[in-house]
Amino acid sequence: MKKTLFDKVWDKHVVQQIDQGPDVLFIDRHMVHEVTSPVAFLGLKNRNIKVMYPDRTFATADHNTPTINQHLPVQDPLSAKQLDALEKNANEHGISYWGLGHEKNGIVHVVGPEYGITVPGATIVCGDSHTSTHGAFGAIAFGIGTSEVEMVLSTQCILQPKPKKMRITIDGVLQKGVTPKDVALFIISKLTTSGATGYFVEYAGDVFKNMTMEGRMTVCNLSIEMGARGGMIAPDEKTFHYIKDREFTPKGAAWDKALDYWQELYSDDGAKFDKELFFEGNEIEPMITFGTNPGMGIGISKDIPTAEAIGGGAATYQKSLNYMGYNEGESMIGKDIDFVFIGSCTNGRIEDFRAFTEIVKGRKKADNVTAWLVPGSHKVEKAIKDEGLLDILEESGFELREPGCSACLAMNDDKVPKGKYAVSTSNRNFEGRQGPGSRTLLASPIMAAAAAITGKVTDPRILIN
Amino acid sequence: MAYDKFNILNSTAVPLSIENVDTDQIIPARFLKATERVGFGDNLFRDWRYNNDDTPKTDFVLNNDTFSGKILVGGKNFGSGSSREHATWAIYDYGFRCVVSSFFADIFRNNCLNVGVLPVQVSPEFLEQIFSAIEAYPQTNLTVDLPNQKITLDATGDNESFEINPYKKENMINGFDDIDYLLNIKEDIRTFSKNTPL
Repeated sequence: MKKTLFDKVWDKHVVQQIDQGPDVLFIDRHMVHEVTSPVAFLGLKNRNIKVMYPDRTFATADHNTPTINQHLPVQDPLSAKQLDALEKNANEHGISYWGLGHEKNGIVHVVGPEYGITVPGATIVCGDSHTSTHGAFGAIAFGIGTSEVEMVLSTQCILQPKPKKMRITIDGVLQKGVTPKDVALFIISKLTTSGATGYFVEYAGDVFKNMTMEGRMTVCNLSIEMGARGGMIAPDEKTFHYIKDREFTPKGAAWDKALDYWQELYSDDGAKFDKELFFEGNEIEPMITFGTNPGMGIGISKDIPTAEAIGGGAATYQKSLNYMGYNEGESMIGKDIDFVFIGSCTNGRIEDFRAFTEIVKGRKKADNVTAWLVPGSHKVEKAIKDEGLLDILEESGFELREPGCSACLAMNDDKVPKGKYAVSTSNRNFEGRQGPGSRTLLASPIMAAAAAITGKVTDPRILIN
Repeated sequence: MAYDKFNILNSTAVPLSIENVDTDQIIPARFLKATERVGFGDNLFRDWRYNNDDTPKTDFVLNNDTFSGKILVGGKNFGSGSSREHATWAIYDYGFRCVVSSFFADIFRNNCLNVGVLPVQVSPEFLEQIFSAIEAYPQTNLTVDLPNQKITLDATGDNESFEINPYKKENMINGFDDIDYLLNIKEDIRTFSKNTPL
């Protein structure tokens, strides 16, 4: 039978099919962070059970951590307590813990691939919706709730109904200034934030084949923003090259055996998808959002659409524009901004900082802009320094902070004040996402760089040398 | 974690006719710092419900005494965004046992079922009918009958059936959770794990 990439991986992990119920799915790798795990560990304690496979479980602190002075005690008592709880739980259950200050610390979806925890053909879960990131390697990776975190900790399994399958194919070549972030925001603008709900997405076509691994991670990361539980891309030589010799990837004979499995991971010709969508790569422009969900995005040369053009939900649409302080028909170019944030599991990797630096090089940060540059991990931070990017950034008036989720969800002190605008490379522009009353414009690292230099929303293509 | 069994719920409802209600609105991230599952209801819809000085926003539906009940009725694509189960804890802790919408985000729906909140998906037309009925008469009663998978507007008898996975339905009716199930097949899981490729 012809199988999709998704089916091949899913079917290999089904322990049991419950009659008229969900599948019992075995989980190869479980990543844990401080925010969604404490109640799950409490559940284990109440049942008096231990983590079933500590060596398949990895813990890092990211959501709630400060991005300055990480060597000092965490000031916020609630954050400190949550971090302490994770450390204690990890130690008690024998789980690798990469806490604050640890050289491998960083955002869970950045460090997973960096250290080879993420591998093709695996099932990967984490109590975080952007777990979809790891699908870039041809893994089935998706976010789960805390009850499910407890299930995986205690039994390494989860009960899941098998989702439907969608394939999004984009052929052609991307234009100058169009990044993986733009590709993802473009797809979401076409599908809306619920267009892929109930589906697992496979991305196919030239555009994804030609993308770097980090670019693929950005795209898969944003799958959840179109409602999909996850997205994946068939592994190829680029994938195998990326993961080879990383700390947790298989070595020697185990590598050869794994490679045999991985090389079979592609959708067979004629495999059936529940839904197929096709787009042209050269139609995609640099994107920016103007509203309060990631589906409200437009090409930078376009105007904010009318409610009528969007179709339906006029009251909700107007509420969103009111929140942003925008009107139908306006151009985004030239809009005032106050903050720029580069970072997050979406765009906090070294290629993102290289792209940002390339634009700001030889230019100066605008005085009206507060810029937060937050690497996704210590490894990224080190690369920024080693490659000489930091010198260029500092020359242009930027400072580098320490790794963490930071202003993406503003659990720590990195909060955009009420009413202020932030051009952000993160993943969500929901009301108050970056701080109560904050207004977020999602964009690529180069769009963020253009905004940081000019002090307003700017088409980045005019700054590309 | 244990939750109340769900069988037939008869209650008035609270209407929230906004679409794409995301989990950051249901419970903003800054309230996710707890290490225990207590008190989340106080911060349900925090930034829609309260001003910066913690005074209630009078125009928000949860602050309007006209509306009350154990059923929350929301616009389409309810619960999108983050996987935070805290959103469903807040809904449960506030006193809701059922959320009605014409469309739910996946993770939110799963989380609801795991914590004892019944997600009831109805047609867009029936959702409009429910909103209109509540608006016209806030004391409108709804009956959510889980065994028969039916939701009814009591006054008129208008109703719709809704879908739920049979396994999840049994769990909700009996107050079971998935972990009980999984712990019972732990030996099968152990055997399975020996033959996994990774």
